[in-house]
Amino acid sequence: MSGAIYRQSTRRRLLAAGVFALLALLPPVLQAFGQEFYISFAARVLIFALAATSLNFIVGFGGMVAFGHAAFFGAGAYTVAVLMESGVASAAIAWPAAIVVAAVLALGIGFVSLRTRGVYFIMITLAFAQMIYYLAISMKTWGGDDGLSLAVRSTFGPLDLKNDATFYWVTLACLGLCLCLLDRITHARFGRVLQAIRENESRMEGLGYPVLGYKLLCFVIGAAMAGLAGALIANHGQLASPNLLQWTQSGTLLVMVIVGGVGALYGGAVGAVVLLLVEEVLAHYTTHWHAALGLILLLVVFRAPKGIAAWVHGLFARAEKHE
Amino acid sequence: MSEALLTIDGVSRHFGGVTALSEVSFAVGAGEVHALIGPNGAGKTTLIHQISGAQRPDAGRIVFAGEDVTALPMHARVQRGMARSWQITNVFNRLTLLDNVVLAVKGRQRDWGSGFRFWKPVDDEQALIDEARGWLTEVGLGGRERTLAGSLAHGEQRQLEVVLALATKPKLLLLDEPMAGTGPEESERMVALIEKLARHVTILLVEHDMDAVFRLADRLSVLVGGRLVCTGSPDEVRAHPEVRRAYLGEEIL
Ligand SMILES: Nc1ncnc2c1ncn2[C@@H]1O[C@H](COP(=O)(O)OP(=O)(O)OP(=O)(O)O)[C@@H](O)[C@H]1O
Ligand SMILES: [Mg+2]
Repeated sequence: MSGAIYRQSTRRRLLAAGVFALLALLPPVLQAFGQEFYISFAARVLIFALAATSLNFIVGFGGMVAFGHAAFFGAGAYTVAVLMESGVASAAIAWPAAIVVAAVLALGIGFVSLRTRGVYFIMITLAFAQMIYYLAISMKTWGGDDGLSLAVRSTFGPLDLKNDATFYWVTLACLGLCLCLLDRITHARFGRVLQAIRENESRMEGLGYPVLGYKLLCFVIGAAMAGLAGALIANHGQLASPNLLQWTQSGTLLVMVIVGGVGALYGGAVGAVVLLLVEEVLAHYTTHWHAALGLILLLVVFRAPKGIAAWVHGLFARAEKHE
Repeated sequence: MSEALLTIDGVSRHFGGVTALSEVSFAVGAGEVHALIGPNGAGKTTLIHQISGAQRPDAGRIVFAGEDVTALPMHARVQRGMARSWQITNVFNRLTLLDNVVLAVKGRQRDWGSGFRFWKPVDDEQALIDEARGWLTEVGLGGRERTLAGSLAHGEQRQLEVVLALATKPKLLLLDEPMAGTGPEESERMVALIEKLARHVTILLVEHDMDAVFRLADRLSVLVGGRLVCTGSPDEVRAHPEVRRAYLGEEIL
């Protein structure tokens, strides 16, 4: 039945493994060219790739246009920072804690928000996220407007995360792990059910599927991964900043998803890479890089309306036809 | 009437100022084909929504198999053995017929090891596929497994609509105008199918075609303007003065 699709996805997985192998070689290559500074930048890109991927699972795969993803991203960051303040530096405790805090938060927010649809869902997820933002800046013990800085990076067994290359590899591993997990989930029954819900919610309910439960679980899984990304970003800049919680952060992640490809497994990652690279390059040349970025976004929307990942996929498909 | 499988007890439903249902009460006996008839806008579909759980009534109770299900969401009622079809075809247009029915079959296996199964790829579920094929053959859609539901002819879509409900293996089947908009041949096939189904399931049938209704129904209930006018055997209903007034000039007289 799905032989062709299966072969295709095996090929795609091989391609992905190749890309990851190349990415793993990045630190030594940069060192060889004396560009160590960019290792840290690359790690930041990967963290945003993870955050955008997690949002894409909710928006693209779950069909829930949420506008409050910053809440989970930020919650992960603050969890690590608060634990660090109280003397817990171990990643083995703090990072899972960040994941759990984000997941529990999503369980509550999702339980309430998922009863609404469309614009109402967008507004209510935004409202919840803003509540958490204001809560964070009002907490003196969390550093208020300044955020909470980390004296050191998390301890990670024998690995030294202070080393930028090591931190980069750990981040890459987190991203790879999450992508594998999502790839598996989307191809398993749970994923098929979610797809069918996106296609026809009322009929799925009418076939006996607890639609709300499925959507909530999807929402929580996405949020949990954002929590992990938050734990990483707090370590990266050694700071849990209120900016991470702000609505503009949710907007940025959403733009990454749209640019990369809504609903494509690698859409979020591609979007994050493209957006952050373009921003970095443009900021070098002009202080008006925001405007230039806008123009590039317009170009993407017109040239690749389904996102860059879908556009690349289309190129591959055409090439295969010619084979 | 045999023992009641479904009891509708004082159900009311308003939409803003419109009263769609006003204290409707009747029972559907286990094993019977119960027809629900009434003019356009009488509230038949609205009643199906309250029974199936698509909507909640403003007042009254729905009792199914001895259990008050009024507060339960639709999927929980389906899990208890109550399935519905829609008056306006409501299927997975972008999936094949086979995938449509596989979803319905799969919906029955609702332990955490299956519906919420995260890990195992879906390729190896041959048993599901075989059963789904069987259902399609049963309603005369065999050989069309690979067709996209959205590209079916209207009559076939109505058959798919019914088979999706059927594949959940319900005790009670709620059919909202299964023959709406179909030609005479297709209607005849649907009537034959319902006759066959009636041997195993209880059916609440909303239908405008009076020939079909009187051929199939063991008992009938008549809604007019959101009110239950009468409920009883075909002869009782035919003789009821208010029904005669509501259907003035139609073939029921
Ligand atoms: N969601 C809604 N909002 C407002 N009014 C509604 C809604 N649903 C139904 N109504 C009204 O309730 C009344 C009953 O409608 P319903 O669809 O139940 O009738 P019906 O008996 O199924 O008619 P038909 O034979 O045409 O299918 C109508 O007046 C209709 O306009
Ligand atoms: Mg109707």
